[in-house]
Amino acid sequence: MNQRLRKPALQAEDKGLAIPAARRPPGALASLGLAIRLAWRQLKADRARLATAIAGVMFACVLVFMQLGFKGALFDSATNMLAAMRADLFLMHPMTQASFRPERLPRIRAWQSLADPDVTHAVPIYLEQATLRNPATGTRRSAQVIGFDASAGAVAFTGLPPLIEALQRPDTLAFDDRSRPEFGPVGRLFRDNGPYHLQLGRRDFELVGLVEIGPSFGADGNVVMSETNFRRVFSRAPGMADLVALRLTPGADATAVQARLRALLPADVVVLTHAELVRGERAYWENGTPIGFIFLFGSIMGLVVGMVIVYQILFADIAGHLSEYATLKAMGYSNGYLSRVVLGAAVILAIIGFIPGLGLSIFLYDFVAKATFLPLHMPPDRALSVFLMIFAMCFTAGLLAMRKLRDANPADMF
Amino acid sequence: MAQPRPVELHNVTFAYGEGDLRRIVLREVDLRVEAGEIVLLTGPSGSGKTTLLTLIGALRAMQQGQARVLGQELATAREAQRVALRSRIGFIFQSHNLLGFLTARQNVAMALELQGGFTEAERLARAADMLSAVGLADHVDKLPAKLSGGQRQRVAVARALVGQPGLILADEPTAALDRVSGQEVVHLLRDLARRQGTPILLVTHDPRILDIADRIVAMEDGRITQPSSSAA
Repeated sequence: MNQRLRKPALQAEDKGLAIPAARRPPGALASLGLAIRLAWRQLKADRARLATAIAGVMFACVLVFMQLGFKGALFDSATNMLAAMRADLFLMHPMTQASFRPERLPRIRAWQSLADPDVTHAVPIYLEQATLRNPATGTRRSAQVIGFDASAGAVAFTGLPPLIEALQRPDTLAFDDRSRPEFGPVGRLFRDNGPYHLQLGRRDFELVGLVEIGPSFGADGNVVMSETNFRRVFSRAPGMADLVALRLTPGADATAVQARLRALLPADVVVLTHAELVRGERAYWENGTPIGFIFLFGSIMGLVVGMVIVYQILFADIAGHLSEYATLKAMGYSNGYLSRVVLGAAVILAIIGFIPGLGLSIFLYDFVAKATFLPLHMPPDRALSVFLMIFAMCFTAGLLAMRKLRDANPADMF
Repeated sequence: MAQPRPVELHNVTFAYGEGDLRRIVLREVDLRVEAGEIVLLTGPSGSGKTTLLTLIGALRAMQQGQARVLGQELATAREAQRVALRSRIGFIFQSHNLLGFLTARQNVAMALELQGGFTEAERLARAADMLSAVGLADHVDKLPAKLSGGQRQRVAVARALVGQPGLILADEPTAALDRVSGQEVVHLLRDLARRQGTPILLVTHDPRILDIADRIVAMEDGRITQPSSSAA
């Protein structure tokens, strides 16, 4: 009697479920699906352990998001002043590294650039730091003073156009309403009572309006005034400016003008678009300071701690079920299948830990942004890259935990 | 040679350890299990019967001799071939080794997931049928922790049989059970195997279950001492 001819017995037969003629393994995708389902059932069975794992992934997630958020916000705010200073092109001294410490360039380069037919206005910009007296408490705090001729319309700060005429009067200034609150209720007093006097350095000025710029690394607040008024406060070499803003004819090709100006002007100036100017300032803070490294280090620590937690959970799951895993091996489940179960559990943890982690981070961004005035927000590409980091973190933990599967030896089961 | 036997061992020798520590546990063992036959393997502990079972079950690599199990030559088999062979064998262990986070039915269905051609519903239906065949129709959706020892071992029997294996290997399946439930389990195993025509090789110390055997093989010190005595 051939064993293949044995009677396929039992009720299964009676219900008409025929056994397949040849035993063939299920497809790779179906097998992966079953492995992931097994992983999920195992994770789900121990609620406390699952909660610990999710908390671990969430912790890593929130830590990385906060580190990246602070880093992004600090670099964004570092460039606040230049980012708000919209103009078509800028001239800058090539040795200027950051706007709080500008290298001066000859003002004559501004007039030289007017030789290009597409350059309609060239406005020298003067930058200095000076103390501003808090109108409520009388204390002083250092602010960035930005002096330029606003009437040319080359520099576009939000809120500036209606103030152009008033700023041409002697001893007038506009205050940055987004400055840090340490300067006092400058904006509120102005909105309530209209223009009033503010002391900048040793001189009294009339506050004629509010603009929006935002604090930078180099300055807690900003003050805008005309070139003439600027020269009343600061005695400086009249032939030197800190930055030059250029306004072009509408529709002019900025890059073409930039190329022509580079050929025209001597090597003591560089010609930059607005984006290049902001990027250069940001690069200074990113590369010239350990800030970027500090946040990178914090992110890596978060990922390492998260990985250790996930590894521990997965390892404990395998170690606690060694005989069951060995039984599955004895039943014909391959090492590869069980590895997919472990990696499946890791991936599940990545996903179900990331989602609440993202939610909590968005909430914390909002909370911290209100408390610190830092521009914290969640760009989609940051969410995606953190998800990939968390995924890699869990996957690595899974790969490490998988080695424990070798201890599940079905020969030891008997 | 008449027809292929489910199990055919010739001159199998096996040792653990190396050099001075080398300890021979199987010496030139010859063993055959005929189609549909129920063979009990008895002997004192350390006689090598469990090692023999792990070799036949393709859980260990062979060292010397020839062995053919369900048509698969074991001496030359690679790991993947051994894994494939295991899926055609039903194993029953001393302890039930059920997955604690799966219900009885899901545990049994796990044995079918390795075979293509079933839908999830079919797997669960077959598992439920097999569980009613072992008398657990009312317990299909219980977790192993909610079942008694005898019930768990019956789930393990159902898991071993549901894939319609070509061979059942059992190691002391009654060791953890009291007399009554031990008897129940092995009689169920015998009856179901007989209906499927599945041969069984069962290692046991337990004299109370010798009555299910077609043939009893005794081992001592790595040798078969009583090759082919018929059971009473």
